[in-house]
Amino acid sequence: MFAPDILLSNTEAIPGKRIVEFFGVVSGSTVRAKHLGRDIMAGLKNIVGGELKGYTELLNEAREQALERMVAQARSVGANAVVNVRFSTSSVAQGAAELFAYGTAVRVE
Amino acid sequence: MDDILYLQLLIALIPLFFVLVGFIVGSLLETRHFESIREREAVYRTLPTLTFETLPEGWRVQSSGLACGSVVVSMDYFKRLLTGLRSLVGGRIRALEPLLDRGRREAVLRMQENAVQMGFEAIINVRLETAQLDTTGRSGVAGVEMLAYGTAIRFDRSHAPAPGRESNAVHAESA
Repeated sequence: MFAPDILLSNTEAIPGKRIVEFFGVVSGSTVRAKHLGRDIMAGLKNIVGGELKGYTELLNEAREQALERMVAQARSVGANAVVNVRFSTSSVAQGAAELFAYGTAVRVE
Repeated sequence: MDDILYLQLLIALIPLFFVLVGFIVGSLLETRHFESIREREAVYRTLPTLTFETLPEGWRVQSSGLACGSVVVSMDYFKRLLTGLRSLVGGRIRALEPLLDRGRREAVLRMQENAVQMGFEAIINVRLETAQLDTTGRSGVAGVEMLAYGTAIRFDRSHAPAPGRESNAVHAESA
Protein backbone atom coordinates (compact mmCIF):
# COMPACT_ATOMS: atom_id res chain seq x y z
CA MET A 1 0.00 0.00 0.00
CA PHE A 2 1.32 3.45 -0.85
CA ALA A 3 2.15 6.02 1.81
CA PRO A 4 0.05 9.12 1.21
CA ASP A 5 0.73 12.55 2.66
CA ILE A 6 -2.93 12.56 3.66
CA LEU A 7 -3.77 10.51 6.75
CA LEU A 8 -6.22 7.69 6.13
CA SER A 9 -8.40 5.82 8.58
CA ASN A 10 -11.50 3.68 8.47
CA THR A 11 -12.48 4.82 11.95
CA GLU A 12 -14.56 7.92 12.54
CA ALA A 13 -11.54 9.87 13.70
CA ILE A 14 -7.80 9.75 13.24
CA PRO A 15 -6.72 7.93 16.41
CA GLY A 16 -5.16 10.36 18.86
CA LYS A 17 -6.03 13.45 16.82
CA ARG A 18 -8.86 15.97 16.94
CA ILE A 19 -10.91 16.90 13.87
CA VAL A 20 -11.15 20.68 13.43
CA GLU A 21 -12.85 21.02 10.04
CA PHE A 22 -15.03 18.92 7.72
CA PHE A 23 -14.86 19.06 3.92
CA GLY A 24 -17.52 16.51 2.99
CA VAL A 25 -17.36 13.28 1.05
CA VAL A 26 -14.43 12.54 -1.24
CA SER A 27 -14.26 9.52 -3.49
CA GLY A 28 -12.15 7.83 -6.11
CA SER A 29 -12.93 5.03 -8.45
CA THR A 30 -11.46 3.03 -11.28
CA VAL A 31 -12.85 0.42 -13.62
CA ARG A 32 -10.53 -2.38 -14.60
CA ALA A 33 -10.79 -5.24 -17.02
CA LYS A 34 -8.50 -8.20 -16.80
CA HIS A 35 -6.31 -8.80 -19.83
CA LEU A 36 -6.29 -11.94 -21.88
CA GLY A 37 -3.00 -13.35 -20.58
CA ARG A 38 -4.21 -13.14 -17.01
CA ASP A 39 -7.51 -14.59 -18.02
CA ILE A 40 -5.91 -17.65 -19.57
CA MET A 41 -3.69 -18.17 -16.54
CA ALA A 42 -6.64 -17.74 -14.24
CA GLY A 43 -8.61 -20.20 -16.36
CA LEU A 44 -5.88 -22.79 -15.86
CA LYS A 45 -5.58 -22.04 -12.17
CA ASN A 46 -9.32 -22.38 -11.96
CA ILE A 47 -9.07 -26.13 -12.55
CA VAL A 48 -7.31 -26.69 -9.25
CA GLY A 49 -8.88 -23.78 -7.40
CA GLY A 50 -7.28 -21.64 -4.72
CA GLU A 51 -5.86 -18.18 -5.11
CA LEU A 52 -5.95 -16.47 -8.50
CA LYS A 53 -2.80 -14.34 -8.03
CA GLY A 54 -3.24 -12.41 -11.25
CA TYR A 55 -6.63 -11.18 -10.11
CA THR A 56 -5.42 -10.40 -6.63
CA GLU A 57 -2.68 -8.18 -8.08
CA LEU A 58 -5.06 -6.56 -10.52
CA LEU A 59 -7.54 -5.64 -7.81
CA ASN A 60 -4.80 -4.42 -5.47
CA GLU A 61 -3.43 -2.08 -8.14
CA ALA A 62 -6.94 -0.89 -8.90
CA ARG A 63 -7.77 -0.30 -5.24
CA GLU A 64 -4.57 1.66 -4.78
CA GLN A 65 -5.45 3.85 -7.72
CA ALA A 66 -8.96 4.45 -6.40
CA LEU A 67 -7.42 5.45 -3.05
CA GLU A 68 -4.92 7.74 -4.79
CA ARG A 69 -7.74 9.48 -6.62
CA MET A 70 -9.67 9.90 -3.40
CA VAL A 71 -6.54 11.30 -1.73
CA ALA A 72 -5.97 13.70 -4.65
CA GLN A 73 -9.50 15.00 -4.25
CA ALA A 74 -9.01 15.41 -0.51
CA ARG A 75 -5.80 17.34 -1.13
CA SER A 76 -7.53 19.64 -3.61
CA VAL A 77 -10.18 20.67 -1.09
CA GLY A 78 -7.52 21.43 1.51
CA ALA A 79 -7.98 18.46 3.81
CA ASN A 80 -5.11 16.70 5.52
CA ALA A 81 -6.92 13.47 6.39
CA VAL A 82 -9.73 11.21 5.18
CA VAL A 83 -11.68 9.38 7.87
CA ASN A 84 -14.22 6.58 7.72
CA VAL A 85 -12.79 5.24 4.46
CA ARG A 86 -14.94 2.55 2.84
CA PHE A 87 -14.33 0.31 -0.13
CA SER A 88 -16.77 -1.20 -2.54
CA THR A 89 -16.35 -3.49 -5.51
CA SER A 90 -18.92 -4.11 -8.19
CA SER A 91 -19.01 -5.94 -11.49
CA VAL A 92 -20.19 -3.34 -13.96
CA ALA A 93 -19.74 -5.30 -17.17
CA GLN A 94 -18.59 -8.72 -18.26
CA GLY A 95 -14.98 -9.09 -17.21
CA ALA A 96 -14.76 -5.64 -15.66
CA ALA A 97 -14.90 -4.53 -12.07
CA GLU A 98 -15.26 -1.13 -10.48
CA LEU A 99 -13.18 -0.42 -7.42
CA PHE A 100 -14.52 2.46 -5.40
CA ALA A 101 -13.13 4.15 -2.32
CA TYR A 102 -14.82 6.93 -0.39
CA GLY A 103 -14.55 8.74 2.89
CA THR A 104 -14.97 12.01 4.73
CA ALA A 105 -12.30 14.62 4.12
CA VAL A 106 -11.32 16.46 7.29
CA ARG A 107 -8.60 18.62 8.76
CA VAL A 108 -7.02 17.32 11.93
CA GLU A 109 -4.77 19.13 14.34
CA MET B 1 -16.40 -47.40 -36.63
CA ASP B 2 -14.71 -48.58 -33.47
CA ASP B 3 -12.22 -45.72 -33.70
CA ILE B 4 -14.96 -43.10 -33.63
CA LEU B 5 -16.58 -44.68 -30.61
CA TYR B 6 -13.23 -44.69 -28.89
CA LEU B 7 -12.70 -41.04 -29.67
CA GLN B 8 -16.13 -40.12 -28.39
CA LEU B 9 -15.48 -41.94 -25.16
CA LEU B 10 -12.17 -40.13 -24.81
CA ILE B 11 -13.82 -36.75 -25.35
CA ALA B 12 -16.47 -37.62 -22.80
CA LEU B 13 -13.74 -38.41 -20.29
CA ILE B 14 -11.99 -35.04 -20.60
CA PRO B 15 -14.22 -33.20 -18.09
CA LEU B 16 -13.85 -36.13 -15.72
CA PHE B 17 -10.07 -35.82 -16.05
CA PHE B 18 -10.22 -32.14 -15.09
CA VAL B 19 -12.45 -32.95 -12.14
CA LEU B 20 -9.96 -35.56 -10.99
CA VAL B 21 -6.98 -33.23 -11.41
CA GLY B 22 -8.94 -30.53 -9.63
CA PHE B 23 -9.70 -32.83 -6.74
CA ILE B 24 -6.16 -34.19 -6.27
CA VAL B 25 -4.15 -31.03 -6.85
CA GLY B 26 -6.79 -28.81 -5.28
CA SER B 27 -6.88 -30.82 -2.04
CA LEU B 28 -3.09 -30.85 -1.89
CA LEU B 29 -2.86 -27.10 -2.37
CA GLU B 30 -5.58 -26.52 0.19
CA THR B 31 -3.79 -28.59 2.83
CA ARG B 32 -0.53 -26.76 2.16
CA HIS B 33 -2.23 -23.39 2.28
CA PHE B 34 -3.84 -24.17 5.64
CA GLU B 35 -0.43 -25.17 7.02
CA SER B 36 1.05 -21.89 5.85
CA ILE B 37 -1.89 -19.95 7.30
CA ARG B 38 -1.55 -21.61 10.71
CA GLU B 39 2.20 -20.90 10.78
CA ARG B 40 1.78 -17.24 9.94
CA GLU B 41 -1.19 -16.82 12.27
CA ALA B 42 1.02 -18.03 15.10
CA VAL B 43 3.52 -15.29 14.24
CA TYR B 44 0.93 -12.53 14.06
CA ARG B 45 -0.90 -13.54 17.21
CA THR B 46 1.15 -10.93 19.07
CA LEU B 47 -0.20 -8.14 16.86
CA PRO B 48 -3.38 -6.80 18.49
CA THR B 49 -6.03 -6.93 15.78
CA LEU B 50 -9.40 -5.62 16.88
CA THR B 51 -12.77 -4.96 15.35
CA PHE B 52 -13.39 -2.13 17.85
CA GLU B 53 -14.32 1.13 16.23
CA THR B 54 -12.55 3.24 18.81
CA LEU B 55 -9.31 2.87 20.71
CA PRO B 56 -9.47 0.71 23.83
CA GLU B 57 -8.96 2.72 26.97
CA GLY B 58 -5.36 3.52 27.77
CA TRP B 59 -4.05 3.19 24.23
CA ARG B 60 -2.00 6.19 23.22
CA VAL B 61 -1.35 6.60 19.55
CA GLN B 62 1.62 8.19 17.89
CA SER B 63 0.59 7.66 14.27
CA SER B 64 -1.91 5.74 12.20
CA GLY B 65 -2.61 4.59 8.67
CA LEU B 66 -4.80 2.35 6.57
CA ALA B 67 -3.81 -1.31 6.22
CA CYS B 68 -5.33 -3.56 3.55
CA GLY B 69 -5.06 -7.17 2.53
CA SER B 70 -6.94 -8.99 -0.16
CA VAL B 71 -7.07 -12.26 -2.00
CA VAL B 72 -9.07 -13.67 -4.88
CA VAL B 73 -9.99 -17.33 -4.52
CA SER B 74 -11.85 -19.70 -6.77
CA MET B 75 -13.09 -23.24 -6.40
CA ASP B 76 -11.61 -26.18 -8.25
CA TYR B 77 -13.49 -28.28 -10.79
CA PHE B 78 -14.30 -30.97 -8.27
CA LYS B 79 -15.87 -28.53 -5.85
CA ARG B 80 -17.76 -26.93 -8.69
CA LEU B 81 -19.23 -30.32 -9.59
CA LEU B 82 -20.16 -30.99 -5.96
CA THR B 83 -21.78 -27.57 -5.69
CA GLY B 84 -23.77 -28.20 -8.83
CA LEU B 85 -24.99 -31.53 -7.53
CA ARG B 86 -25.73 -30.16 -4.08
CA SER B 87 -27.82 -27.34 -5.43
CA LEU B 88 -30.25 -29.93 -6.77
CA VAL B 89 -31.25 -31.05 -3.31
CA GLY B 90 -30.12 -28.06 -1.28
CA GLY B 91 -28.37 -28.05 2.07
CA ARG B 92 -24.91 -27.52 3.39
CA ILE B 93 -22.04 -27.42 0.90
CA ARG B 94 -19.20 -28.59 3.08
CA ALA B 95 -16.61 -28.48 0.28
CA LEU B 96 -16.90 -24.72 -0.10
CA GLU B 97 -16.49 -23.79 3.54
CA PRO B 98 -12.72 -24.32 3.78
CA LEU B 99 -12.21 -22.28 0.61
CA LEU B 100 -13.95 -19.23 2.04
CA ASP B 101 -12.31 -19.76 5.40
CA ARG B 102 -8.77 -19.80 4.05
CA GLY B 103 -9.48 -16.89 1.71
CA ARG B 104 -10.67 -14.75 4.60
CA ARG B 105 -7.83 -15.75 6.90
CA GLU B 106 -5.32 -15.08 4.14
CA ALA B 107 -6.78 -11.61 3.63
CA VAL B 108 -6.48 -10.86 7.36
CA LEU B 109 -2.88 -12.11 7.38
CA ARG B 110 -2.01 -9.90 4.42
CA MET B 111 -3.53 -6.91 6.16
CA GLN B 112 -1.42 -7.70 9.23
CA GLU B 113 1.70 -8.10 7.05
CA ASN B 114 0.88 -4.77 5.40
CA ALA B 115 0.56 -3.05 8.78
CA VAL B 116 3.82 -4.50 10.13
CA GLN B 117 5.61 -3.56 6.90
CA MET B 118 4.62 0.06 7.43
CA GLY B 119 5.91 -0.14 10.99
CA PHE B 120 2.58 -0.31 12.82
CA GLU B 121 1.96 -2.28 15.99
CA ALA B 122 -1.79 -2.86 16.14
CA ILE B 123 -4.90 -2.67 13.98
CA ILE B 124 -8.33 -1.44 15.06
CA ASN B 125 -11.71 -1.32 13.35
CA VAL B 126 -10.96 -4.34 11.16
CA ARG B 127 -13.61 -4.88 8.50
CA LEU B 128 -14.02 -7.86 6.19
CA GLU B 129 -15.66 -7.62 2.83
CA THR B 130 -16.50 -10.15 0.16
CA ALA B 131 -17.12 -9.33 -3.48
CA GLN B 132 -18.08 -11.68 -6.23
CA LEU B 133 -16.16 -11.22 -9.46
CA ASP B 134 -17.56 -11.84 -12.85
CA THR B 135 -19.68 -14.96 -12.54
CA THR B 136 -20.97 -14.69 -16.08
CA GLY B 137 -17.72 -14.05 -17.93
CA ARG B 138 -16.84 -15.94 -21.07
CA SER B 139 -14.00 -17.67 -19.34
CA GLY B 140 -16.35 -18.90 -16.66
CA VAL B 141 -13.78 -17.94 -14.04
CA ALA B 142 -15.80 -17.27 -10.95
CA GLY B 143 -13.65 -15.70 -8.28
CA VAL B 144 -14.51 -14.29 -4.90
CA GLU B 145 -12.48 -11.43 -3.55
CA MET B 146 -11.91 -11.26 0.19
CA LEU B 147 -10.80 -7.90 1.51
CA ALA B 148 -9.66 -7.10 5.02
CA TYR B 149 -8.87 -3.56 6.07
CA GLY B 150 -8.45 -1.56 9.21
CA THR B 151 -6.75 1.36 10.86
CA ALA B 152 -3.19 0.47 11.80
CA ILE B 153 -1.62 2.32 14.69
CA ARG B 154 1.75 2.88 16.28
CA PHE B 155 1.85 3.35 20.03
CA ASP B 156 3.05 6.47 21.73
CA ARG B 157 5.46 5.34 24.41
CA SER B 158 6.37 8.76 25.76
CA HIS B 159 3.65 8.64 28.44
CA ALA B 160 3.04 5.00 29.25
CA PRO B 161 4.27 1.59 28.10
CA ALA B 162 2.49 0.24 25.06
CA PRO B 163 -0.37 -2.09 25.85
CA GLY B 164 0.30 -5.65 24.86
CA ARG B 165 -2.12 -8.50 24.56
CA GLU B 166 -1.71 -9.38 28.21
CA SER B 167 -2.22 -5.94 29.70
CA ASN B 168 -5.23 -5.53 27.45
CA ALA B 169 -6.73 -8.79 28.65
CA VAL B 170 -6.25 -7.73 32.26
CA HIS B 171 -7.88 -4.44 31.43
CA ALA B 172 -10.91 -6.16 29.96
CA GLU B 173 -11.32 -8.36 33.02
CA SER B 174 -11.16 -5.51 35.46
CA ALA B 175 -13.68 -3.47 33.47
